Amino acid sequence: MKADVQYSKDMFEKASHEDRNADKIRRPSIKYWPDVWRRLKQNKLAMTGLIIIILMIIMSVVGTHINGFDYKQQDYSLINIHPNSVHWFGTDELGRDLFTRTWYGARYSLIIGLLAAAIDFLIGVLYGGIAGMASRNVDAVMMRIAEVIYSIPYLLVVILLSVVFSTSGAGTSMFVLILAMSLTGWVPMAILVRGQVLQLKESEYSLAAESLGATKGWILRKHIIPNTLGPILVNVTLTIPRAIFAEATLSFLGLGLQPPKSSLGNLANDGLAGLPVGNGYQILIPAIFISLIMFAFNVLGDGLRDALDPRLRK
Amino acid sequence: MRRYLLKRLGMSVVTLWAVITITFILMHSVPGNPFAAESKMPKVVYDNLQAKYGLDKPLAEQYVIYLKNLLKGDFGDSMKSRVETVNDMIRRGFPVSARLGLQALVFAICFGPALGALAALYQNKIPDYLSMVIAIIGISVPSFIMGTVLIQFIARNVEWLPIGGWGTWKHTILPSFAMALMPMATMARLMRSSMLEVLGQDYIKTAKSKGITKAAVILKHAVRNAILPVISILGTTISNLMVGSFVIEKIFGIPGLGMFFTKSISNRDYTLIMGTTIFYAAILIFMLLLVDFAYMLIDPRIKLTKEGR
Repeated sequence: MKADVQYSKDMFEKASHEDRNADKIRRPSIKYWPDVWRRLKQNKLAMTGLIIIILMIIMSVVGTHINGFDYKQQDYSLINIHPNSVHWFGTDELGRDLFTRTWYGARYSLIIGLLAAAIDFLIGVLYGGIAGMASRNVDAVMMRIAEVIYSIPYLLVVILLSVVFSTSGAGTSMFVLILAMSLTGWVPMAILVRGQVLQLKESEYSLAAESLGATKGWILRKHIIPNTLGPILVNVTLTIPRAIFAEATLSFLGLGLQPPKSSLGNLANDGLAGLPVGNGYQILIPAIFISLIMFAFNVLGDGLRDALDPRLRK
Repeated sequence: MRRYLLKRLGMSVVTLWAVITITFILMHSVPGNPFAAESKMPKVVYDNLQAKYGLDKPLAEQYVIYLKNLLKGDFGDSMKSRVETVNDMIRRGFPVSARLGLQALVFAICFGPALGALAALYQNKIPDYLSMVIAIIGISVPSFIMGTVLIQFIARNVEWLPIGGWGTWKHTILPSFAMALMPMATMARLMRSSMLEVLGQDYIKTAKSKGITKAAVILKHAVRNAILPVISILGTTISNLMVGSFVIEKIFGIPGLGMFFTKSISNRDYTLIMGTTIFYAAILIFMLLLVDFAYMLIDPRIKLTKEGR
């Protein structure tokens, strides 16, 4: 059918300039990390965790100076005092102020957790990154070694090392504890990073960088690691409570820091003796602290994982 | 398949050897000597003791002798106990710890995945919140605190539950519960997220649209796929349970292997420390192997993923 239409000028209209901007991005583009933060902020549980962690960190620095007692100052006229207006958390069986000791302990527990996680992060990223970028055979050997190390029971090694160092007269210092924990702790991070590297090194942008003459180290540093930072961050957040838990367990077995230093595990161990004679507060307070810290880091890690998962994006 | 099995077996042997060697080196690098505590010992007695434990020989020779004895299943004599060898103590303590650990494991496996699955099925409804509260408590509260709380608030008030010790099955209830809580919570959380993922898959829609009952869809299609990640962490769970038993046995005063281990540390009984460590490691490595094989049997896809990397 042939259309018998006459086209006249007035059938047409001048296109407005408005349509030209149809594909313009009007809203500000949200970058990756601000977007993660935005989604994390909506997660109430994770934010509770974050607030608890921040408060804990501030108080573990400030809290030891608030009520004017020293963590190792003993007062035999004031032993096993229940919490009151002077000794807010009471005193222990040597008359030491538990408020100060608890924050002091929280400081040690947090430092151990953070440092252990930092070391795991460094070794894990380095080892996993190298294994992922190396040739197939080197990768296979490196991963077999990591697997062997990982199958060695974690806490057994920590306990053995504490035994060795505490008999050598030095006592189990914080650094021995951290060293022992990092000995096997880096492996999950290395396995995670390697997996990501293997995946990302096939990506177009890696290829582009390579064809522009970038070295493997450059690609790893500038392209791959920044892109795998999300899962790494989640892993770090979940390593911290694990280290704190390990330290608490060790101290509870009497293998942690030596008195008069205190950690939360130590305090719980000391408090155990006070339990049958009605001094339950001595174990209750450190127990609550350990649980709060574990809770905070765990929910923050979970929240981060959800916030980083693009599939859960709304 | 067979090649993978053999490879995995070989890896386990290497791991065990590494543990033995590390333990040996560590325990022999402790400064001073194990008999230093018994002061003012005549030289003859000292020399005899050294000879009895083979400490007068060069380190390399001691190592070879120790390895040979281990191959025969002989962990040597205890340095502190005059009546029992290390083997005797393991034989006495292990059944106790194994029973405790097994009960805790069964408890965790029965309730953990079920809680997680329930939470996923009723996402953002009351059952979800309830089970996640349980899971968060389980993850945040270390077993030694849970144990103390149980003694303080339950055992002291409930007449028929003993506070500690070992003997009847009643003695096992609270300690195994305290041990089970953390693995149960971990499993529940893992199960929830994997179940949520599986429920969104196309094959669930297909199954539903074929008219299969809801129960069958959930049990045959969803749970079966969602449970795989839970199985893959069984090895770590068993390892955590074993270490958890050190603490639990201390709190409840249970004469298990963990008690011997912690005691051997405070006594500086080096042969016992070595023996129990190696025994623990051997059990653990064997369990990891078992879990790996079980995983392979259950998940047919594993063959592909193994070759894919």
